Amino acid sequence: MSHRAELPNPGAVLHAPVPAAASGGTPGTGPASVTVENLTVHRGSTDVLADLSFAIPAGRITGLLGPSGSGKTTLIRALVGVQKITAGQVSVLGRPAGDALLRNDVGYVTQAASVYRDLTVLDNIRYFGAMHGRNRADALEAATAVGLGDLLKRRAADLSGGQFSRVSLACALVAKPQLLFLDEPTVGLDPVLRADLWSQFADMAKAGTTLVISSHVMEEAGHCDSLLLLREARLLAQLTPAELRRRGGTDDLELAFLHLIQADELAQEHTPGAMRAQALGGAR
Amino acid sequence: MNWRMMWATNVRVLQQLRADPRSIALILVVPSVLLAVVYWLYQNEKLPPGVPRTFDRVGLMMLVIFPFVVMFLVTSITMLRERTSGTLERLLTTPIHKGDLLFGYALAFSLMAALQSLAATGVAYWVFGMNIQGNAGLVVLVAVVNSVLGVALGLLCSAFATTEFQAVQFMPVVVVPQILLCGLFVARDQMNSVLEAISNVLPLTFSVDALQQIAQHADATSAMVTDLVVVAAIVVVVLLLASLTLRRRTA
Repeated sequence: MSHRAELPNPGAVLHAPVPAAASGGTPGTGPASVTVENLTVHRGSTDVLADLSFAIPAGRITGLLGPSGSGKTTLIRALVGVQKITAGQVSVLGRPAGDALLRNDVGYVTQAASVYRDLTVLDNIRYFGAMHGRNRADALEAATAVGLGDLLKRRAADLSGGQFSRVSLACALVAKPQLLFLDEPTVGLDPVLRADLWSQFADMAKAGTTLVISSHVMEEAGHCDSLLLLREARLLAQLTPAELRRRGGTDDLELAFLHLIQADELAQEHTPGAMRAQALGGAR
Repeated sequence: MNWRMMWATNVRVLQQLRADPRSIALILVVPSVLLAVVYWLYQNEKLPPGVPRTFDRVGLMMLVIFPFVVMFLVTSITMLRERTSGTLERLLTTPIHKGDLLFGYALAFSLMAALQSLAATGVAYWVFGMNIQGNAGLVVLVAVVNSVLGVALGLLCSAFATTEFQAVQFMPVVVVPQILLCGLFVARDQMNSVLEAISNVLPLTFSVDALQQIAQHADATSAMVTDLVVVAAIVVVVLLLASLTLRRRTA
């Protein structure tokens, strides 16, 4: 039940995700904010990410979905530029990911809330705001945006789990980034708050911010304009929620994703390479 | 370097300290209490006329060693928390320069150290009548420079600890040898040659030497200035090493 217009999607074919747009744009969606080509990350002898290529459209919400352990956090870290990568290119707003000139434009909210427990809500937001030249008024605005306007003087350590993670979110919003990466921002939040946050993300996208949001809850995929489905270090597909429903043959997004995974497993079993890898006990 | 970011970091670290009034009280009061213990320890010593009291020698060195030890511990644990809570990684995705972060820390803790050494020096002079040739202001200056050394070493050592328990264990490794060899217990020229050679390159040795200059001379001597410059140079080197342990990109 996506509440926004569907994107024309060039990457709808299973196993053929959007080729990293060499021209720097995804057709029909304006310029790409992020382009990834052949991104690979090894940790030890295992692939955490294997040869990913895709583009993320500007001014949209892109959902990054997959089971836990599928590489979502590593992928976000690579896009933010804090992850050492083994191979491939990640380009963000036309620059290599992690470039010093991007630090004002890219926001990152980690999965575990990273704020100072011994500071108040406002002091936390003001400190991170100061890194981007933002003032007290900007901090108040960010606090209000996440519903913490009444708890400004409260010590972060004294907040509930949901409030605590919203402080972390506000610390990213205060910078007013062009591109915001959120790693499982809605985990542990109650349904009302989750709906609030998603509508806020939609407003931000409408105002031109590009959002990349990871989640392992498939229901939330419906709020996204475009989905990256990750499974076992690989990009299973990049498509819109509507296409996922059509392809999976059901309106239930979770079930649709499962169907895609099953189809993928079948396809792999019929590939000689995959059979050999399985016989050798390969991880993939 | 960006002054606003450094200042914001300084304010933030002080706000964190303010949130912990018990630690502030301990930082400010404990040195004075221990000075009192040292004073009473030597209360009954019999001295030939003209020989300075042991308290004037030992107490003076304690004024400089306290801020060094306390700031080392406070900094290494605060920085370790910064590393383990994810706030460091987050900060390093913002435009902040590593130097802004490190100098912000150093500034905040040296302000705290200045307060601590003012309190302890005041007690030493006015309550226990500490009697040295030089100026008390110079003693505070040496104490502050030395505390910045403690901050720098704490920032560096926090990189090699993964838990607060480990961070505390660095104190016997980094701090205690410097105290043993600085000339407090045995004059350095009476040590065996190996220990003396080690003593000659430990930063605390220079601070203690500066103190002895202050104790013996009414005015600042060039030897004292040289000692302070050496300590300051060591601080800069240690801070540079610490900045190498801050990584924007990790595996």
